[in-house]
Amino acid sequence: MSGIVGYGAHIPRNRIKVEEIARQWGKNPETIRRGLLLEEKSVPGLDEDTITISVEAARDAIDRAGIDPSRIGAVYIGSESHPYAVKPSGTVLIDALGIGPEVHVADFEFACKAGTEAMFVALGLVEAGRVEYALGVGADTSQGAPNDALEFSASAGGAAYIFGKKELLAEVVETYSYTSDTPDFWRREGEFYPRHGGRFTGEPAYFKHVEAASRGILKKTGLKPEDFRFVVFHMPNGKFPLQVGKTLGFKKEQIDTGWIVPTMGNTYSGSSPTGLAAVLDVADPGELILITSFGSGAGSDSFVLKATDLLVERRGRARTVRSMLDGPRHYLTYGEYAKYREKIIVND
Amino acid sequence: MREVAIVGAGMTRFGELWQSSLRRMFTDAASEALASAGVKQVDSIYVGNMSAGRFVSQEHLGPLLAGELGQAGAAAVRVESACASGGVALRQGFMDVASGMSDLVLATGVEKMTDGADVTEALATAADQELEAYHGITFPGLYAMIARAHMQRYGTTEEDLAWVSVKNHRHGAMNPKAQFGREVTVEQVMASTPVAEPLRLLHCSPVSDGAAAVLLCPLDQAARFTDRPIQIVGSGLATAPMALADREDPAVLDAVHRSAVKAYEMAGIGPADVDLAEVHDCFSIAEICCIEALGLVEKGTGRNAAGEGLTALGGRIPVNTSGGLKSKGHPVGATGVAQAIEIFEQLRGEAGDRQVLDAKVGLTQNMGGSGASSAVHVFRRV
Repeated sequence: MSGIVGYGAHIPRNRIKVEEIARQWGKNPETIRRGLLLEEKSVPGLDEDTITISVEAARDAIDRAGIDPSRIGAVYIGSESHPYAVKPSGTVLIDALGIGPEVHVADFEFACKAGTEAMFVALGLVEAGRVEYALGVGADTSQGAPNDALEFSASAGGAAYIFGKKELLAEVVETYSYTSDTPDFWRREGEFYPRHGGRFTGEPAYFKHVEAASRGILKKTGLKPEDFRFVVFHMPNGKFPLQVGKTLGFKKEQIDTGWIVPTMGNTYSGSSPTGLAAVLDVADPGELILITSFGSGAGSDSFVLKATDLLVERRGRARTVRSMLDGPRHYLTYGEYAKYREKIIVND
Repeated sequence: MREVAIVGAGMTRFGELWQSSLRRMFTDAASEALASAGVKQVDSIYVGNMSAGRFVSQEHLGPLLAGELGQAGAAAVRVESACASGGVALRQGFMDVASGMSDLVLATGVEKMTDGADVTEALATAADQELEAYHGITFPGLYAMIARAHMQRYGTTEEDLAWVSVKNHRHGAMNPKAQFGREVTVEQVMASTPVAEPLRLLHCSPVSDGAAAVLLCPLDQAARFTDRPIQIVGSGLATAPMALADREDPAVLDAVHRSAVKAYEMAGIGPADVDLAEVHDCFSIAEICCIEALGLVEKGTGRNAAGEGLTALGGRIPVNTSGGLKSKGHPVGATGVAQAIEIFEQLRGEAGDRQVLDAKVGLTQNMGGSGASSAVHVFRRV
């Protein structure tokens, strides 16, 4: 049995409220609140990016695992905002954390699914016995175009998972992936902001794939919604995960702990992985967890996990997600936000 | 002129039909119409469609859709009059049969709006580009101005507008082909997101996909195809100045009035003879203005009609028993033909829960843009 031996998350301290963004564009913040169930989102600082977020999260994962980082044989970062188009994010992380040089590194992408994608591959390598430990990270600092609906939700953050075969904090019971050619959201090479198909991103994209993957893993394991204590879905806004949870037959109490989007925003590849970290921060031994991600283009990865006794022992070694969501935060004006997100044109 | 009957009908559900392309929706509706009458070959096909060029980059719909339907070789053409495209396609089909030039004609309408185009921009092409669109106005804005004019002149309130949506949703909830199956309350309508003051989200018809088709033939041949043909006894088409600013009174839809007068005259009836009507409620205010222009209620009193039950199922003159554009949906080019199908079914006694008892004379009114064009048809049970 393979599983998670260490986990960590990082959410930047800066925030911007929905009101502040709405004010700029003459929109009614109440409408945004009601329609998208969003309050505020995280904003990366000037010196933060997918790499720094991955390093912070992975550091906490290593602390919880209690292993010598040089024993990690593979490092995969999944993101849609890798700082370079060519030059891996993973190589910066390994040197920052004392991993390697005897290590396999690759960067992953698949819109918001890149995190669970990295986790799936890391798990697979460990299960195969090819490496002792493998690290899969989902992190993003994605952009929303100004005055677009996505500007209210696109935020920054991520989570890291080390997989291994012994001293598991959570067992991986099963995985299931569902993928199709569905172009709901994309960004061409060289474009600064992504584009999307409006309402096409809903029923034919998010809901179709999240439902199919979740139903697929339930069928594969023979489990039912009521068997789970927690369920985490990809969170593009506050509404979608609640809606899909209801459709699949889950109750609000099962969704609540991992439903961190109202005050974090959508951290894209970090979304469901960070929701999972929030669940691992409080799960009791033996409790079952379902996580289903979603990446535009489109596809969903599902995992069924089971918390162990060791999770309760080890999780106190690093920061919890709630401490980062509810802890010290710094609220920005739209002008500061635009400056940090490089939305203001300046000469080089 | 020969007498003309509708002998068959078919339509898709209206809504966000993610799995259906424009041509798929068309063939679903048109083949249903043909099958319902047992017809294999038609002489002509009229395709009402506002903007397939902008929505799905497809013009030249006549031959394309004739071929898709297995009718390659038939005379086929796309008809455009913005949101009145369907009603005008019906008129062209009617004239084709009435003139004696064709014996079997499909009058159809189709619109595919959810394939990723900027819908607001595409629809704005129905306004005056130089006098209106150039300055940034969009359709909700134009109808908002019509609403304000009506409110100022006649004391119509936002709540009066809400009652139109409430009534139409109540009807639409009984229509299995409608986009929305749920009812709404006045409170919900009044609390919905503002779109263009005083119009809110629930005062506005939705963005929809859909197709509708009716089969026309000379009345004296109708018995071959159905034992319950419905006759088209009146057809009127009229225009008004395109730009709101050029109209005499923005609260009065002249084109609707003129097209109705022509249709009533041809049919030999007056508004009091109409048992039920399908009217162009692209925005709730439009239904109020249209029932006044059609003479179904006194000028200036349209605001009370929905709230007082006058135009509800069971009222003196039921309007939009299908759910109207608001609840049934508004795939622009298809709407005019779908209106005809509602009347067709009502006059045949096939409207189920929505049935207007003993309906003999029905009317459809289909309008383009902010009222620059209007097509009215009158139908009679044979």
